[in-house]
Amino acid sequence: MKNQLEAIRSNASLALESAATQQEIEALRIKYLGKKGELTSILKQMGKLSPEERPVMGQLANEVRSFIENEIAQGIKDIKEKQQAEKLNSEKLDVTMPGICKPLGDKHPLSIVLDEIKEIFIGMGFDIVDGPEVEYDYYNFEALNMPKDHPARDTQDTFYITDNIVLRTQTSPVQVRVMEKQQPPIRIISPGRVYRSDTVDATHSPLFHQIEGLVVDKGITFADLKGTLETFVKRLYGEDSVVRFRPHHFPFTEPSAEVDVQCFSCHGKGCRLCKGEGWIEILGCGMVHPKVLQNCGIDPEIYSGFALGMGLERVVMRRYGIDDMRMFFENDVRFLNQF
Amino acid sequence: MNLSMRWLKEFVEMDEMTPREFSEAMTMSGSKVEGFEVEGDKIKNVVVGKILSIDKHPDADKLVVCQVDVGDSQPIQIVTGASNLTVGDMIPVAKDNSVLTDGTKIKKGKLRGVKSNGMLCSVAELGVTVHDFPYAIEDGIFVLQEDCQVGDDIRTAVGLNDTKVEFEITSNRPDCFSVIGLAREAAATFNKELKLHIPVVKGGSGDCTNMVDVKIEAPDLCQIYSAKIVKNVRVKASPRWMRERLRAMGVRPINNIVDITNYVMLEYGQPMHAFDLRFIDDGKIRVRRGRKGEQITTLDGVERKLNDTNLVIADANKPVAIAGVMGGEYSGIVDDTTTIVFESANFSGSSVRITAKRQGMRTDASARYEKGLDPNACVPALERACELVEMLDAGDVMDGMIIDKQFEKTQHTIPFEPQWINGFLSTNLTEAQMKEILTKIECRVEANDIIVPTFRPDLEHKADIAEEIARFYGYNNIKATPLPGGGQGKYTDRQKYDNKIMNSMIGLGLSEILTYSFVSPKYYDKVLMPVDSPLRKSVTISNPLGEDTSVMRTTSLPSMMEILSKNYNNRNPKAYLFEQAKEYIPTALDKLPTEKNVLTAGLYGDGLDFFAVKGIVEMLLNNMSVYNYDVQATDKEFGYHPGRCAVLTINGEKLGVIGEIHPQCASNYGIDTKVYAFSLDTDIMFANAQIEKSYHPLPKYPAITRDIAVICNEDIPVLTLEKAMSQSAGKTLESIKLFDVYQGSQIETGKKSVAFNLALRSAEGTLTDEQAAATMKKIMTALEKAGAVLRA
Repeated sequence: MKNQLEAIRSNASLALESAATQQEIEALRIKYLGKKGELTSILKQMGKLSPEERPVMGQLANEVRSFIENEIAQGIKDIKEKQQAEKLNSEKLDVTMPGICKPLGDKHPLSIVLDEIKEIFIGMGFDIVDGPEVEYDYYNFEALNMPKDHPARDTQDTFYITDNIVLRTQTSPVQVRVMEKQQPPIRIISPGRVYRSDTVDATHSPLFHQIEGLVVDKGITFADLKGTLETFVKRLYGEDSVVRFRPHHFPFTEPSAEVDVQCFSCHGKGCRLCKGEGWIEILGCGMVHPKVLQNCGIDPEIYSGFALGMGLERVVMRRYGIDDMRMFFENDVRFLNQF
Repeated sequence: MNLSMRWLKEFVEMDEMTPREFSEAMTMSGSKVEGFEVEGDKIKNVVVGKILSIDKHPDADKLVVCQVDVGDSQPIQIVTGASNLTVGDMIPVAKDNSVLTDGTKIKKGKLRGVKSNGMLCSVAELGVTVHDFPYAIEDGIFVLQEDCQVGDDIRTAVGLNDTKVEFEITSNRPDCFSVIGLAREAAATFNKELKLHIPVVKGGSGDCTNMVDVKIEAPDLCQIYSAKIVKNVRVKASPRWMRERLRAMGVRPINNIVDITNYVMLEYGQPMHAFDLRFIDDGKIRVRRGRKGEQITTLDGVERKLNDTNLVIADANKPVAIAGVMGGEYSGIVDDTTTIVFESANFSGSSVRITAKRQGMRTDASARYEKGLDPNACVPALERACELVEMLDAGDVMDGMIIDKQFEKTQHTIPFEPQWINGFLSTNLTEAQMKEILTKIECRVEANDIIVPTFRPDLEHKADIAEEIARFYGYNNIKATPLPGGGQGKYTDRQKYDNKIMNSMIGLGLSEILTYSFVSPKYYDKVLMPVDSPLRKSVTISNPLGEDTSVMRTTSLPSMMEILSKNYNNRNPKAYLFEQAKEYIPTALDKLPTEKNVLTAGLYGDGLDFFAVKGIVEMLLNNMSVYNYDVQATDKEFGYHPGRCAVLTINGEKLGVIGEIHPQCASNYGIDTKVYAFSLDTDIMFANAQIEKSYHPLPKYPAITRDIAVICNEDIPVLTLEKAMSQSAGKTLESIKLFDVYQGSQIETGKKSVAFNLALRSAEGTLTDEQAAATMKKIMTALEKAGAVLRA
């Protein structure tokens, strides 16, 4: 009997090893372990054994059974794994083929950079305020210390609607509107469209964008102006940017300054990008003129503040190396999807 | 304004420095340098030569062969075509390997077989003109009459060795429109002494006080008018030093009298004018407003009409000059002029500015006047002019002065508050340091007051004084501090909403564009706007650049069409675009228009159809929390296909329009494919957005679905059927999905079959078949009322 059991074990092992399908394994299971299977029929003969032999053979028979059961389980597992592997292999894709896209749209490059600028100022505690583009002469000029015959008006060729209404030539009128409505502390920027009667060419457009900034509070100093704008420039152009403040004149600020950043290309030596100057002018600023504060109902003896203004187009042109301002308003999709 | 460095050095002793260093320092103290030019710096190896002999060229009639002494051991041979040469002439010689002012390189060579070791130069080849050297001729060799030696560098010989620095003068500093003004800035910048000169006039040719009678008849426009008379005028060329300085400053030398007026204007910033006394009728000078119907031919030969906004200088009968702008053609200096009247006057800046602008002639004089000049500068300038007349021997200056003065300009004061200035600038300067800076720019500090010179009317307030202190202390020496107080900045809800619209549109596959806010009124025709549409009334620009940009758009559709058209013409196969635009709707006269915020989109290409575009709108509105809007077909929207256009409304307001662009409109823009567009009023979107959300528990019980197909007349909108179902079914009807619309052989003509998939669900429990059947019955009844019957 012992020999019979050993023979079953080795036969079953051999047979299972060569079984290739789940069906063949099932047939072998029936052959050995089924109700009429070989092992079962041997076990039926257990009764004929002596009481001493019975536990020994019983143990051996159980060993053979569990051995075959394990082999079967292993065989099934192997076959399943093989089938899975074959299936996966047959499903192989050329993953280098392009993906299927429903293309996203693109943000206009002016908006991309403007959003960045807004985020910088929001991070420094500024709010964003909007103002009308068709504006009263009073807000665009007079309240900003530029009365009707002021020579500075000549530098901003103005589109007039009526004698009293203009297309704003700068975003500065928003300053006045904010100060009229709100007592300090004030910390705002106002981006938007401005208009000047410049004929269209590569560097001029009758419509362009400016960003105005205004801070008014008790004890605001020229050093605060410098600190704020230096931070702004470094966040926009990188921490290693070199900034200088150069005296200038604006009717609505005093002292006034223009802010230059050292040329990114030549680092101050002078090159084509900076027209040999080594510096690139990026914004105008200054301490709010006491007359302007007064015009807006804010007492210049108690409060002081600073204002800044910058053109968006030139910043964006330099950022992306765009050499023709007209591209912004042509809106060719091949241009738009580059950014 | 150009500045001659040589002239500047007459007033300020300058240390050795490069033009770049000078420019940098001046820029940083507030006088912005735009650029500089070293005269003659292109010229190389050009020297003074002397003609030793002139012989005929053996093979060319029009050429001659010259032996020229250029100071080398041997004379050199040069072939030239010039005919104005004689032996002994001193001429400029470009030797072998030399460079002319325009960059031309000269090398030795052969002309018709004869060796030529260089070239003889004309005035133009040196970068000067016959105005600079009146004795020279235009076409021919520049025969020098200068005090020079053979072999001298030509730049020294003809005085081409000045440096011109170009300044940008801001409108608040008319005083810097002069050599003295800039010298004052330079002296303060480099901490040098400013050496001013007080003119001395000898006179002695009789008294002129009663020869001319001057009256200011418009004292609001003229503060002072002063004049002196010079007799026995000797008109001739000015000396070289004067011509050189004028040239460096960009002014053409003419003759000694004209040059003196220009010279004084450049030096003092005070424009001057000279009249021939013969042309002043009755010896009367009247400073008055122009009269209607009067006209004057100005020096440039243009006949100009005058009116009472123009200030003129007139004699007893007629205007002889437009004050501060330009003189009359028939009153100026001519060759036989013997007696002249030198004028030095102060005219109102705004009057000169308006006149120059209206007459379209901005002159060096008007550019100075219009910024507001110091009336106290008139008399010294007049005396300087007379001093120069004597120095140049241009005539005999008479004693006395003819003057009408309507105004006394006195120095004003500003309180000196060093502590306030330190606080304002965040500096820590002593009173003495501040005084030192102020003294350099001729502001005197007496007790607690700053006495401001009359040439600095821009200094009005202590903030102006702070600027003067800051710029000479150095802006970049002031520290930079971060803003005090923490940041509290944020986007408003509306700004966040607009940002989200932008991001949604990009996610939906559309690209942002930016277009001009102004359009041509003709564009309204291109988008088929009815002639009686109220949108034809636009805010109109009174001085537009052109018709194309003359009105503020009342609709952004034309701008969008324009851009689609450009893309189409550029052969871009598809363009899906949007703009967060403004539309400008006029209100009342002399009131600002309403600036409406509109989202406009335009799309073509890639097999697009109406429903794909409508789907974009639906997804956008859903994402922007705009829900219960109504959709209706419309044939009333201009620019759109009358059968493929929907108007969206919400709470009785027009939310927007979606549709296919009318083929006529598309063709007006040269597009022959289907174009789709929509526009949404984002103000109304925002007002109706249900941004606040609240949680609904997830359904606990399963939904039952039912498909239903009905037949109805083809013109019943699907939305009508959907509304009939949703309004009748009660709350168990969870959703309706259209899945088929069929017209064809299976269906009666004029009818359509419409199939929906309905989901029913109750929050209380699993719906029974009976409950579902009851709901479906209600739905069917409502559909029948709406004109639809169950499809058999």
